[in-house]
Amino acid sequence: MIEMFEEWYKSRHDYANQWKDKTGGKVMGFFCTYVPEEILLAANVLPVRILGSHEPQNVTEPHIFGMYCPFCRDCLAQGLLGRYDYLDGMMIAQSCLHIRQAFTSWKKHMPPEFTYYLPMPHQVQSPRSIPFLRSELETFKSAVEQRVGKQITDADLDRGIELMNASRQAMRDLYDTRKASNPPMTGLEAMYAAVSNQWIDKAEHTAVVRDVIQKELPGRDLGLEGKTRLMILGSEDDDTAFVNMVEGCGSVIVTDDHCTGSRYFWNQVEPEEDRLLAIAKRYINRPACPTKDWPQRTRLDHVRMLAKQWDVAGAIIIQQKFCDPHELDIPEQRKSLDGIGVPTLFLELDVTVPVGQFKIRVEAFLEMLAEDDLF
Amino acid sequence: MAKYPTEILLSWSKAKEIRETYYKNYAAAHDKGGIRWVGGAWTFDAVPAGLGADVYSLTSEPYGASCAFNKDFSTRAMEAAETAGYARDLCAYMRNYWGSILMDEYAFGGPFPKPDFIWQDHICCSHAKWYQVVSELEGGIPMFCVDVAVGPAEPFGTLTEAKIDYVAGQILDGIQWLEKTTGRTYDDELFIEACWNDFRSTSKWAQVCELNKAVPAPLDEKTMYSLYVLATLQKSWGVVADYYDELYDEVKDRVERGIAAVPNEQARVMSDTQPPWSALKLFRYLEQYGVVSVGSLYTFGLEGMWDFDPASGDLVPRPMPSKKPTTREEAARELVRWHLHKPEYQHFYDCDYKSQMMIAMCKNYGLSGVMLHYNRGCEGLSLGIAENRLAIQEAGYPVMTFEGNMGDEREFDLGRTMQRVDAFMETLGVKKVAA
Repeated sequence: MIEMFEEWYKSRHDYANQWKDKTGGKVMGFFCTYVPEEILLAANVLPVRILGSHEPQNVTEPHIFGMYCPFCRDCLAQGLLGRYDYLDGMMIAQSCLHIRQAFTSWKKHMPPEFTYYLPMPHQVQSPRSIPFLRSELETFKSAVEQRVGKQITDADLDRGIELMNASRQAMRDLYDTRKASNPPMTGLEAMYAAVSNQWIDKAEHTAVVRDVIQKELPGRDLGLEGKTRLMILGSEDDDTAFVNMVEGCGSVIVTDDHCTGSRYFWNQVEPEEDRLLAIAKRYINRPACPTKDWPQRTRLDHVRMLAKQWDVAGAIIIQQKFCDPHELDIPEQRKSLDGIGVPTLFLELDVTVPVGQFKIRVEAFLEMLAEDDLF
Repeated sequence: MAKYPTEILLSWSKAKEIRETYYKNYAAAHDKGGIRWVGGAWTFDAVPAGLGADVYSLTSEPYGASCAFNKDFSTRAMEAAETAGYARDLCAYMRNYWGSILMDEYAFGGPFPKPDFIWQDHICCSHAKWYQVVSELEGGIPMFCVDVAVGPAEPFGTLTEAKIDYVAGQILDGIQWLEKTTGRTYDDELFIEACWNDFRSTSKWAQVCELNKAVPAPLDEKTMYSLYVLATLQKSWGVVADYYDELYDEVKDRVERGIAAVPNEQARVMSDTQPPWSALKLFRYLEQYGVVSVGSLYTFGLEGMWDFDPASGDLVPRPMPSKKPTTREEAARELVRWHLHKPEYQHFYDCDYKSQMMIAMCKNYGLSGVMLHYNRGCEGLSLGIAENRLAIQEAGYPVMTFEGNMGDEREFDLGRTMQRVDAFMETLGVKKVAA
């Protein structure tokens, strides 16, 4: 069962095409996890997060200035290469400038039938952000209704909320199993589960997560007891080759703070009569992306909580090269983790990772952590 | 013999004096019992004006540019920021500014004057985060930041009442925060007057820029940098608004008398994004070819307020509001409505909006080509620049690109850029002319 996540990770485009054939439904590509998928699910649309392929490419240079992050270029490359040609629509919720550049370039050169820019507020610490986002969700809902030719009712929204909440709870439960001293799954397996959750039909994915938790993980011994427990945090990260290398050096990754990981599913929509208000509150109150984490730095407490609850010995801070929002957090994040005795290793990711060089640094980091244990 | 007559700009020295006074006022504010605050060039500076006449600001981008002009100071500031753990590909202004705090050196002499509070706005990823770090470096000074990123204004989008509510609501919350933070009673009259000055400054600056449609151009972009900067310092300051009125009259007179900025003007170009401040001689080099850079969407629209009319395909200075606001709430809403139309805000939502405005400038200012600065020092204004290049070329205007950094001279190569200019001039078919 657990290998299903890897299969989904590797066959994302086949899956979406087959889903369309099977259901006759529409597929919406999205660029940022602030997109309110509840509304898309309420309209029976399949939300599919657009991610890169970690391959060198030569198609984005005329479109994106070189000091923009490799992740946004990799995402745009997928569009320009036609790999998401099954999309009926594409949208972004306002977050960082770099991914926005990928969205607007894609929209300009390979526009699907429907595109949408959701001005997700940045000042999520202001009470003004909730009514504003609610009003924007209302506008977005109307646009989706027009596109699919069907009104979205409260019952539809309830279904969307329930699907998302069930998925979030299942993923939280899956991550909780990794708190064990002998985690029943690797960080790589968890990454496949978390990332594939961003494009697989929610009910289908949740069913597999539940099956894995109930039937496969109990008693599963991968020999991870005693391995150095690490967390990873930072920019977008679905680099399975990197995670595989880190775990191959004698560690196990037990949790993360990535939008490709736990930030995506961390908190639930708390149901209330005004469904759009409830959805707005969920996105305003979720663990923040650094673009929205001001004036207070709420991420520091959240990351410290993850480090403590998952009992990590060290953290690898991963930054997509040129990712300004994370660059603006990293010095404080390192101090914060150092303050609770969690040493950090900082690595800068590109589209492809220099595994050999990084391996030396990771091994040195793990060696340093082991010395901490000795003395 | 020169093709056109030229004269020095009579109001030039006054602009310099205003700038100098501004920086001195900030440094000396505490000596007179006044208040010092810091924030970005786009912040709603009219709002803290309601705290009294002895409230002085230091806006960060022009300060960072001033640092950049002083190569030695800037390099030391950059290195101080890097030593503190901040990446060298971050905003160059920001690193100059942080470096000043870390070195405790004010670019205009003396120790770095610590602000009493931060009043910022946010549309670029670095805006709020910049001051989050400043607050930390300065030992936790209070910070308030207004999010203005609500989507494009007309004609590219619609400024709904909900969007205006969100931004104006934050301003009203901010006024209460200012009272609490400073212990002062807020004066709505001062606020309203400051808003009106802001409208005057930013509208008049656009009118000044529009005069550059004339051939010969009465102003060149290098000169304009020293003029537009006043609005980036404090657009709500009556002194700045009055200055732009005076400048407009002088530039209009230059147009009427055919006074050129570049006496041998034979071709016209525009640039984009902030220039490499330590190498403004690049613009003087253009003059050897009789080429004048008439401005850019940056110099025109960073602070200047314009309306874009897709039907006529022109940028038109935005007319002043029909009447002065009478209440705090009215003023806040008018301020928001006004500023969310800023041309330089629109490209944050779609590169195409900026391309449309740039192509309009190419057409209406009689340009032969465009020089785009791929500015490693500013991700915000570089957003979409590669797409702008493609669009402008498609519209039939030759484009030269050069990579550099507005505030980190370690990332700019003047010699190679001049060689690019030579090649570009050949493309445009212009040859060097005698001065």
